[in-house]
Amino acid sequence: MIPGTTRAATNEMRQSVASGTQQTEQLDQVIVRFAGDSGDGMQLTGDRFTTSSAHFGNDMSTFPDFPAEIRAPAGTLNGVSAFQVHISDHDILTPGDAPNVLVAMNPAALKANLDLMAKGTILLVNSDAFEERNLTKAGYAENPLSDGSLGAYTVYEVPMTSITQEVCKEAGVKPRDAERSKNFFALGLVSWLYTRPIDPTLEWITERFGSKPQVAEANRRAFRAGFDFGETAELFESNYEVRPATFEPGEYVQVTGNSALAWGLITASRLAGLPLFLGSYPITPASDILHELSRRKEFGIRTFQAEDEIAGIGAALGAAFGGSLGVTTTSGPGLDLKSETIGLAINLELPLLIVDVQRGGPSTGLPTKTEQADLLHAMYGRHGEAPLPIIAPQNPSDCFAVAIEATRLAVKYRTPVIMLSDGYLANGAEPWRLPDVDALEPIDPAFASEPNHIDDDGTASFWPYIRDPETLARPWAPPGLPGLEHRIGGLEKADGSGNVDYEGVNHELMVHLRRNKIAGIADDIPLLEVNDETGDAQLLLVSWGSTYAAVAAGVKRVRARGMKVAHAHLRYLNPFPSNLGEVLDRYTQVLVPEINLGQLSRILRADFLVDAQSYNKVQGVPFRVGEIEAAIVALLGGM
Amino acid sequence: MTTTAVPVTTRKDWSSDQEVRWCPGCGDYSILAAVQMMMPDLGVRRESTVFLSGIGCAARFPYYMNTYGMHSIHGRAPAIATGLATSRPDLDVWVISGDGDALSIGGNHLIHALRRNVRVNILMFNNQIYGLTKGQYSPTSEVAKVTKSTPFGSLDTPFNPVSLALGAEASFVARTHDMDRAHMQETFRRAHQHNGAAFVEVLQNCNVFNDGAFEKITSRDNRPSMLIPLAHNQPITFGPEGEERGVIQRSDGRLEIVSVADAGTDSLLVHDENRADPSLAFALSRLAQGPYEPTPIGVFRAVERPEYGAQMSEQIVQTQEKRGLGDVAALLRSGSSWTVD
Repeated sequence: MIPGTTRAATNEMRQSVASGTQQTEQLDQVIVRFAGDSGDGMQLTGDRFTTSSAHFGNDMSTFPDFPAEIRAPAGTLNGVSAFQVHISDHDILTPGDAPNVLVAMNPAALKANLDLMAKGTILLVNSDAFEERNLTKAGYAENPLSDGSLGAYTVYEVPMTSITQEVCKEAGVKPRDAERSKNFFALGLVSWLYTRPIDPTLEWITERFGSKPQVAEANRRAFRAGFDFGETAELFESNYEVRPATFEPGEYVQVTGNSALAWGLITASRLAGLPLFLGSYPITPASDILHELSRRKEFGIRTFQAEDEIAGIGAALGAAFGGSLGVTTTSGPGLDLKSETIGLAINLELPLLIVDVQRGGPSTGLPTKTEQADLLHAMYGRHGEAPLPIIAPQNPSDCFAVAIEATRLAVKYRTPVIMLSDGYLANGAEPWRLPDVDALEPIDPAFASEPNHIDDDGTASFWPYIRDPETLARPWAPPGLPGLEHRIGGLEKADGSGNVDYEGVNHELMVHLRRNKIAGIADDIPLLEVNDETGDAQLLLVSWGSTYAAVAAGVKRVRARGMKVAHAHLRYLNPFPSNLGEVLDRYTQVLVPEINLGQLSRILRADFLVDAQSYNKVQGVPFRVGEIEAAIVALLGGM
Repeated sequence: MTTTAVPVTTRKDWSSDQEVRWCPGCGDYSILAAVQMMMPDLGVRRESTVFLSGIGCAARFPYYMNTYGMHSIHGRAPAIATGLATSRPDLDVWVISGDGDALSIGGNHLIHALRRNVRVNILMFNNQIYGLTKGQYSPTSEVAKVTKSTPFGSLDTPFNPVSLALGAEASFVARTHDMDRAHMQETFRRAHQHNGAAFVEVLQNCNVFNDGAFEKITSRDNRPSMLIPLAHNQPITFGPEGEERGVIQRSDGRLEIVSVADAGTDSLLVHDENRADPSLAFALSRLAQGPYEPTPIGVFRAVERPEYGAQMSEQIVQTQEKRGLGDVAALLRSGSSWTVD
């Protein structure tokens, strides 16, 4: 009944699942989409379902999809908040193209998400909410539950609100408050439908709502009622099981991109022995990094919520001058404002980390939706010749490693580094096998410790722009050491002494030195790896950032159809790996899928004179695997 | 940190080898000299002293100090200083700014640094003009000022820098001027002593684009009758002979300049820079409508208030006492982890 691979039905039930009259079918994967009003708790519900699935041992990937308004008018299409989760018994990369089940808490949630649902999929609706007022708000002239328009779907109408209110009566909460527990009823029902263990969720509710025992009790009752409803209502022919996936042995956690990034910054600060200073201004979807670092003061972290984006990066730069690991976190509008200070950091040649969690632009754009359209801004968005390294994480957990690598480059080369995350990575979650933190390479800040120059009169002095001949990096000398007093600034300076110098020839030298320093990093990063199974593919797909998942999954699908295609993923956007040109030359066709209008493909064309073709989408959501598959097939002429 | 005694230094030790490039006759020279000559007396180390600036004529100042220093970007020095001073509480951080840098492009950073009470000494050279861009009106220029950008006269009401700082919850606010080295040094010394954000307006002459802007009040001849020195716990008096004029407060709160002989010594307002309520300091800052009326100078306000960086450090110490030092391996498991065998 559910599309996807249905395995042989079995009567085996997991111990944690109470036995019922129905059968349990096995699935190799399922995609569930929870949708309701912004105030309905759909993010919490989806997140909890994800956690119990992760702990159960499934591989999973999530896609929270919510509006910019905190609480748009209840019942309207604008207020619909959704959470999509893909769970499987095998390795998966994306939150899935098409949901198998939509949980719709009201008519607006149904209407806003029905386009995503293929014929034959399951709609689990809260029938109580399908009354005239809500139908009107959602723009339904007729009730879709009774007008026959949903005939192509398997619709389960469940009076979630009224059952929840009924079972919560005895918990001593008012009906109005009880109604708010209906998301837990939905969670219970879906937990039954997919044979999730229930005890961990009951325990979690107790812990999470510990300070409000009545609410906790109401939520537990609603959750259990949902679970029991599935079992006893005889509405469902069967429920489903998605068995645990095979993972490499190790310890796992469920992690979002923003958490992984914050943890990566903390770890990098430890590896470098540098205190972490975050200067930041709240902005969606980057604020969670500020939140996470703010509550970790035991790591000696200073978090500074600045008066604006400019002050955020300014304070981070000031802290970097003082010998801290200076970090600023933002999204597109904030990156605009930080541009001038980034230019200063390039000129001062001080380590600084800039995290841009990209969202739809221009201007305020789509605050809660993802996009990859800041690449050219990161690359060129400053006046003057102002290059800096750019790295992009490829999945949520990779944000951890990218934060450490960005720190390594910033410290070693005394340069600001931009990390390009995005809204999809920031909020998406996946299982992450924990790294052995003791095995991570330390980062040497290599502070200057003594004078490095003898003046004409024979006295020892400190010249802030004498460069390391290998890296071209200048010495980093935070205030505090006698004999190393020096002044730096945004004016052009003479190489070596650092004294203000407006001479044209010197300026040209400095422009080249700053350029060569960053370009030289290409020799300090891994070569680009190409995934070309047979070695004779003609088409190369190049992905960057969060498009990794959909592209890798799309390549797999196309190969399963017998076509040959190669895939290379660029983690380093500036400088590129030194073999990129050679890799591009090996293929007759190059396709670059991006959530923008072709920014990387433009750079590849300009830098390497290759006919890199662009495949674009700018709808605030990631690529679907099917879209990548279709784009490849179209290029390869179909088969 | 070294624990040895602070070495004895002279002005020369605090002067860098860079050629000073202000226009001849600029008031900045006397401010630089005052600071360089004062530094040996502060009992601080060159290596623990940082001068930061933004953009403008005044912003070249750090290049001339033989300390650590940064010449940054327009208006942002208070923000940069906030990051440096909070992360390095062992340093003495000075911000050198001008009226355009601090009150126009950097106004937001200035008011927030002041309200947070970050331990920085902000010296704002006010010459009521844009000098480095060659003579446009500034946010402290008088109304109807004719400049290159306002050939028909400027329309903007100027800021009163002392009023602005007081309104921004500053815990230390003072005013001095470039014609009086001793007064500058005493004022800067007080600013340095203050544990928190210290704001000093320095009336400074731009002899090229706004020459004589403060002459009516700061010239040697006019000073006695036009500058009102504020002294803590002292009645506010001034005048060529010393005390013939004074400031009283009317019953409606208004301040007024009166003849001491007429009003009587007992009725004079006694200056109290430690008053928690800033309204009297604010009223003093409004006594003169511009630099052509008797103008108070000295410390308007100096109150103790928790310092921002120290509080930030204290939160860290308290958290570490409660939770122990952070453990990265434990951090990564702070959600809930599961094990695959």
